Amino acid sequence: MDIKFSAEDLAFRDEVRDFFTQEYDSSITAKLSSAAGTDYKEGIVAWQKKLHAKGWVAPGWPKEYGGTDWSATQKFIFETERGLAGIPDVVPFGLKMVAPVIYTFGNEEQKARFLPRILESDDWWCQGYSEPGAGSDLAALNTTADYAGDNYIVNGRKIWTTFAQYADWIFCLVRTSKGMRKQQGISFLLIDMNTPGITVKPIVTIDGKHSLNEVLFEDVAVPTENLIGEQDKGWTYAKALLAHERTGMAEVADSTRMLDSLKQRASVEVNGGKAMIDDPIFQMRLSDIEMELMALEYTELRVFASMAAGGMPGPESSLLKIKGTEISQAIHELQLQLASFYGGALPENLNADELGHDFAFEARGKYMYGRAATIYGGSNEVQRNVIAKAVLGL
Amino acid sequence: MNFDFTEEQTMIKDSVSRFVRDEYDFDTRRKIVESDEGISREFWSMFAELGWLSVPFAEEYGGFGGTVDDIAAVMEELGKGIVVEPYASTVVVFGGLLAASDNAALKAEVIPGIIDGSCMGSLASTEAQSRYEMSDVATTATAADGGFNINGEKTVVANGGTADKFIVTARHSGEQFDRAGISLFLIDASAPGVEVKSYKMMDGQSAATVTFKDVMVPAGQLLNTAGEGMDLIDQVMPQILMGLSAEALGIMATLNTATVEYSKVRQQFDTPISSFQVLQHRMVDTFMACEQTKSMLYRGLCQAGEDDSAALLKTVHALKATVARYGKLIGEEAIQIHGGIGMTDELNIGHYVKRLMMINVSFGDGDYHQKKFNQLSYSA
Repeated sequence: MDIKFSAEDLAFRDEVRDFFTQEYDSSITAKLSSAAGTDYKEGIVAWQKKLHAKGWVAPGWPKEYGGTDWSATQKFIFETERGLAGIPDVVPFGLKMVAPVIYTFGNEEQKARFLPRILESDDWWCQGYSEPGAGSDLAALNTTADYAGDNYIVNGRKIWTTFAQYADWIFCLVRTSKGMRKQQGISFLLIDMNTPGITVKPIVTIDGKHSLNEVLFEDVAVPTENLIGEQDKGWTYAKALLAHERTGMAEVADSTRMLDSLKQRASVEVNGGKAMIDDPIFQMRLSDIEMELMALEYTELRVFASMAAGGMPGPESSLLKIKGTEISQAIHELQLQLASFYGGALPENLNADELGHDFAFEARGKYMYGRAATIYGGSNEVQRNVIAKAVLGL
Repeated sequence: MNFDFTEEQTMIKDSVSRFVRDEYDFDTRRKIVESDEGISREFWSMFAELGWLSVPFAEEYGGFGGTVDDIAAVMEELGKGIVVEPYASTVVVFGGLLAASDNAALKAEVIPGIIDGSCMGSLASTEAQSRYEMSDVATTATAADGGFNINGEKTVVANGGTADKFIVTARHSGEQFDRAGISLFLIDASAPGVEVKSYKMMDGQSAATVTFKDVMVPAGQLLNTAGEGMDLIDQVMPQILMGLSAEALGIMATLNTATVEYSKVRQQFDTPISSFQVLQHRMVDTFMACEQTKSMLYRGLCQAGEDDSAALLKTVHALKATVARYGKLIGEEAIQIHGGIGMTDELNIGHYVKRLMMINVSFGDGDYHQKKFNQLSYSA
């Protein structure tokens, strides 16, 4: 039993590290730190363009469409190094969500039209899945698309749409037929956000920021050429994508870096003149998280090793999602505990220097927004249903 | 990267697995536990013939030359059958210390007997006041006639009643809690001045109070340099902790499987109780607990193969703490989901749980190891 990498893989790791060190500069960091402002879009697009220039923006894609042709090990190394370096992942909606559906189930015209612009980060995509009445029970959606000659006429409401305010395109699940099982009669439609009849309404979340939206469709005419695959088969395509979404949700490297920074912070923050990291109870809370993360690192390696050996990511990816999000939330919780009442102050009329605790704003924001991690991507309760059924046979 | 056992390891793992499945059903185990000695000598001889008793020993002594991976492979399978024969105390602990000893004459004398099944042994280190601190040693060793005179009492010595030989921690210099000044002596259970009082433990195994009264031991019975016994114990401890954790993993997996299967056949409210989401989610949590424990064990096994003893030490403390936490969760959920039948002595579930409980308190419980982990991780 060992986790040794080959000399080639170690050389690759060095190449990735060097690239990140040289190319991910502080101007990008500054833009991204104002999350969900307009700077954020500029910052992340600038970074994705740098990745694309290197040929590394879409490691998951097949080589023929612009992928890297990396081995499973190389992809794993790339993701790990990204997380450890504190570099955000690419915005997933185009590169990781709709693109795999387009190159797997789309026609040649659709591939030629959409894939290059996704690679270039010229189109910003958002995801039109959830509706007010369809959350975990996604198949209950009832945004309708009525066939009318050259167009589908779309009516309905999509909700929790991340970054819809930036989006050029939205990929939607819509109901095209009724009167059958609710998973049937759903179609996968690509919709230009500039089409008349679309309204985007901001939703401010409990962290005080705006990344979520409601998207309203009123008699929106969508050309039938924007239908992916066959009408009424969209659920099949979306399910394939959801499995894709769940892998890589353990985010071990990101949590490792966050935990390291939490430990450093705990050695600076004091109570009664003593560093918090020397407090025995605080140490127990830290190690509760750290030990779980040490185990998860190897759970992820085990899943990865079976994929590298040719296996498919199975229901165990649900385990990675559940444990990964529970750990990241636990880190956020401890960060906020460390921020104490300083973390309650809002940044509007105050800067971090005045407060004397420059991490406190961030701790509050991350904790509040971090609650979403166990809700999105298939809530953790739904993930438990998946394991119960697919692994335990219950 | 590789998380598979080697072909050789798989062979020995399969051989233990077959034994547990075909020869060691729960009724057989119950009869052994209720017998006078509490173990089966017949099975012990079979273990010798199958080569299991030779695992940690070098080939020059007739051993298998195995690593901690091999020990873990055997222990996990023994755990699945809650085998009461003293494999952990004789082979992993007593044998592990001997294998690491630099006293070649002593090794040549004792190891072949372990391998052929004629010698059982145990580490006699715990005392009435010592709890988990190995270096809290009141038993004394005073120099006399070119050897040592041992006096003191060891309590709850694992499988002490069946042990032919003990490795005894005794202090020959320093104060009661000092790390330095403790020596390891090999002492025959039949030596003059040694008295053994054996009793049953809750997990079906036995333990003993072992008293040493003016026991004369020649210097040749020292496992390593006098006063440096703790170094040897520290060296072997990761292997001991990983071995016991592997046994715990086998128990945890068995409990989870039994509970899931039972939930599918137990009908209440005209439906199998496995259809209730509240129980499904709890069984998913115990499944994840078992997977996480396995990952932590594998982390330790991988690091044992590298040359980073500091990283390994952190991991084995985390492992033992994880076994404590998740072993408790899995054991308690198994009883709860089985319901009334889970409370009975007749069903095997409670017996698996009691062995997990004893593993938890062997060589430091969860809190003890988490505290050690904290010291290594967060102290400046």
